[in-house]
Amino acid sequence: MSPLAILDGCTAERAPVNPSAFEAARPVLRERGQREVFCGLTGIIWLHRKMQDAFFLVVGSRTCAHLLQSAAGVMIFAEPRFATAIMEERDLAGMVDAQDELDRVVTRLLERRPDIRTLFLVGSCPSEVIKLDLAKAAQRLGAVHMPRVRILNYSGSGIETTFTQGEDACLAALVPVMPASAPDAARELLIVGSLPDIVEDQFLRLFAQLGITKVGVLPARNARDLPSIGAHTRYLLAQPFLAETAIALESRGATRIEALFPFGVEGTSDWLRAAAREFGIDEALVEKVIAPGRERARFALSKLRPQLAGKRISFLPDSQLEVPLARFLQDELGMELVEVGTPYLHRAHLSLELDRFGANVRVSEGQHLERQLDRVRADRPDIIVCGLGLANPLEGEGLTTKWAIELVFSPIHGFDQAADLAELFARPLRRRDMLKV
Amino acid sequence: MRVATAMEKLHYVLHAPQGDTYADLLFTMIERRSKRPPVTYTTFEARDLGKDTAQIFQDAAREAVARFNPQAIIVGASCTAELIQDDPAGLSQAMNLPCPVIPLELPSYQRKENWGAAETFYQIVRNLADKSVMREPREGRSARANILGPTALGFRHRDDLVEIHKILGTLGVEVNLVAPLGATPQDIARIGAADFNIVLYPEIADEVSRWLEKTFDQPAVRTVPIGAGATRSFIADVAELAGADPTPALGDTSLRLPWWSRSVDSTYLTSKRVFIFGDATHAVAAARIAREELGFEVCGLGCYSREFAREVRAEAARCGIEALITDDHLAVEDAIAAVAPELVLGTQMERHIAKRLGIPCAVISAPVHVQDFPARHSPQMGFEGANVIFDTWVHPLVMGLEEHLLTMFRDDFEFADEHGASHLAAHSPRKIADAVVFEAPLVDIPLPALAEAGASGWTDEAERELKKIPFFVRGKARRNTEAFAAAEGRSAIDLETLYDAKAHYAR
Repeated sequence: MSPLAILDGCTAERAPVNPSAFEAARPVLRERGQREVFCGLTGIIWLHRKMQDAFFLVVGSRTCAHLLQSAAGVMIFAEPRFATAIMEERDLAGMVDAQDELDRVVTRLLERRPDIRTLFLVGSCPSEVIKLDLAKAAQRLGAVHMPRVRILNYSGSGIETTFTQGEDACLAALVPVMPASAPDAARELLIVGSLPDIVEDQFLRLFAQLGITKVGVLPARNARDLPSIGAHTRYLLAQPFLAETAIALESRGATRIEALFPFGVEGTSDWLRAAAREFGIDEALVEKVIAPGRERARFALSKLRPQLAGKRISFLPDSQLEVPLARFLQDELGMELVEVGTPYLHRAHLSLELDRFGANVRVSEGQHLERQLDRVRADRPDIIVCGLGLANPLEGEGLTTKWAIELVFSPIHGFDQAADLAELFARPLRRRDMLKV
Repeated sequence: MRVATAMEKLHYVLHAPQGDTYADLLFTMIERRSKRPPVTYTTFEARDLGKDTAQIFQDAAREAVARFNPQAIIVGASCTAELIQDDPAGLSQAMNLPCPVIPLELPSYQRKENWGAAETFYQIVRNLADKSVMREPREGRSARANILGPTALGFRHRDDLVEIHKILGTLGVEVNLVAPLGATPQDIARIGAADFNIVLYPEIADEVSRWLEKTFDQPAVRTVPIGAGATRSFIADVAELAGADPTPALGDTSLRLPWWSRSVDSTYLTSKRVFIFGDATHAVAAARIAREELGFEVCGLGCYSREFAREVRAEAARCGIEALITDDHLAVEDAIAAVAPELVLGTQMERHIAKRLGIPCAVISAPVHVQDFPARHSPQMGFEGANVIFDTWVHPLVMGLEEHLLTMFRDDFEFADEHGASHLAAHSPRKIADAVVFEAPLVDIPLPALAEAGASGWTDEAERELKKIPFFVRGKARRNTEAFAAAEGRSAIDLETLYDAKAHYAR
């Protein structure tokens, strides 16, 4: 029996990672071909809501502007804090210096919006292809506008980033400007990955109850109010798509706390316990603090489990949330994982998650869309998690789908959102059974 | 893409980076299409640049042809692929594919969407039209027409076509071809067999119709039948080209707009100030209907397509105003705010602007939202289209008698000014809904409870938490939590109670 088969079902235990054993026991299907995913610019939609003093200026084409406009169409109540500087033919033909144009646009923008304290220049496919140096631009403009406005840059281009990797690139750009903590500072906890405010506050309350007093979050709600970082920083990833950010944090001395991601009862418990262990918190206190939330979540999930148990599910690659969400659905709701596709599989960050998968789960990385749809049609799972471009066409073929994007926009982390998360998968199935037309 | 998606058995191979595939969801979500657009994206990445992007393109084209077996393919480059200059046209022509290949040159850094759609349609027709298929002599057969212009994602194109078919049927005109919507490349080959063309949407079909005029000597009907008057002119034009009697079609008794507009309740519509913005065809038609058929005053008129600016300027001159030709929605917003109209007729963008400014609005032109693809028949063209337009434009306004009542009872607490029209609950200001939610719990709570835990039994902390919940579910969360607290006999609602209730009500 392989080590994985032994681990399967023995859910409360944590096993040391052995990547080679993992690869040997479970081949990962790596695919290349057409990818049906968003580019990293899409992350601006939630990042600009999270960082209330930041503005995102995309340097791109009309297509980029159209993507942001149509994707952000839902949030029309507020004046958006993002815009696109549209590159036109004269920029490309060298008739004008694109850097001068950018200076002009930024200066006008900052005059119009005095409330902006951080400006991100965001690279796109066209700006990357013509090698427009946004780092240089950020440096030059920063020299002019600091201290009032800090100017940073990252790339959200589709040739370099897939959907949530845009957040990764943005947070990685923030790490170098985080203040250094004192060499003799006490151990600090840093939560990394943007969470809805309500979820972030739940976690902060739990850490306070555990007695962990110095807790920073990245991104901070105010981008000019970044937490400090140093050799005493222990960081906890709240999102599974932060590979570059993790490297940047470690280059500044921080150490990652290994844990399951905080989805569902088990993920959230493990995530909190891992932090508590790192900070030497007494076991009895940990139990006392997490018990109420855990029991509430168990109770709420118990009502959804009958609707989902035994149902077969496939994930198409989208947000990199696929692996931890699949683990939650398998372990806590009894769903059967058919295929778990993800745009990029971070083996180190996800090793604890992958250890939980049953032996027959097909894990795929990257995408060849047509071949993947062939597999979906052959598998005929009860529910398919996929992007908006594919959902109606698959429904048209008589399959049931769940829009993946809702998993990115809804509060789904932590104890008190566990049932909401399960409900997102239960609702399409319930609806399928309700409709008699 | 709107042209390719509209057609059958045609495939589009688009050299583009990942992320550009988001275009698919415009069709599958907004239009609720149950089929993927027939587009293969090469989705090249940074690491492919300068290496094998040309090979990626050729592989994608070969695979697409093998898998989908199209009658023809079109090939093109997105804005990014344009910069890497792989030349999809040359690459695909070198491949000896088993079907015609139509290369597209759409300079995306200069031109915009409607121009791109028109150019795509033109290239398809130029490449596929069989010049040996000419119209036969007219003796002993009905006249034949091509209907040109309807596409995927078009505003009410599906329903307009039904109305046009109805009119042509009454006139005894046969339809040779509808394109691009529903046409296959093989259908396009027969385009020369028609006696004349109907240019239903000039933004898409004008260029094609001019080429057909030159190549096949086919005249064109260019009157766009939006509104009662324009539909009558359209019928007359078609009848003339077909040599048919227009009387039966003109006598269609289902046209209600004229009487609805003359009936006394409509007196209140007189000189309502309306701001119009959209594509040129729909904006010009809307201005004419507003002036001549509803008795509105057009206080602003504009369009986003420079290619058709002349027509819009001419109509604006007839309204005695200056046309606004721009694709900057902030400029449109400023113009609307400046003239403070009583009704905005526009696209999805103007709907958002009107909502922000608190002005009633109806949608008249693409680009549109999912709700503008209704399940029911809802055309803009023909006599039924005129009826639909009357309802759609008048509905957002406060109704005749009600306007007087609102004025009479302006200060009555139950009938406050801000309530707006009684049939528009969804449009009334949000603060009313909030006020109701906040008032309700105050009524029955005995005084001692008030003293202990805030006005409503909520602790400050729980109240703050509640405010973090999105406003559209906040009222429900509050009611559920209070019902739960009452059932459990808890006097104060703290954070624990809030989340216990959330767990209790989870499905």
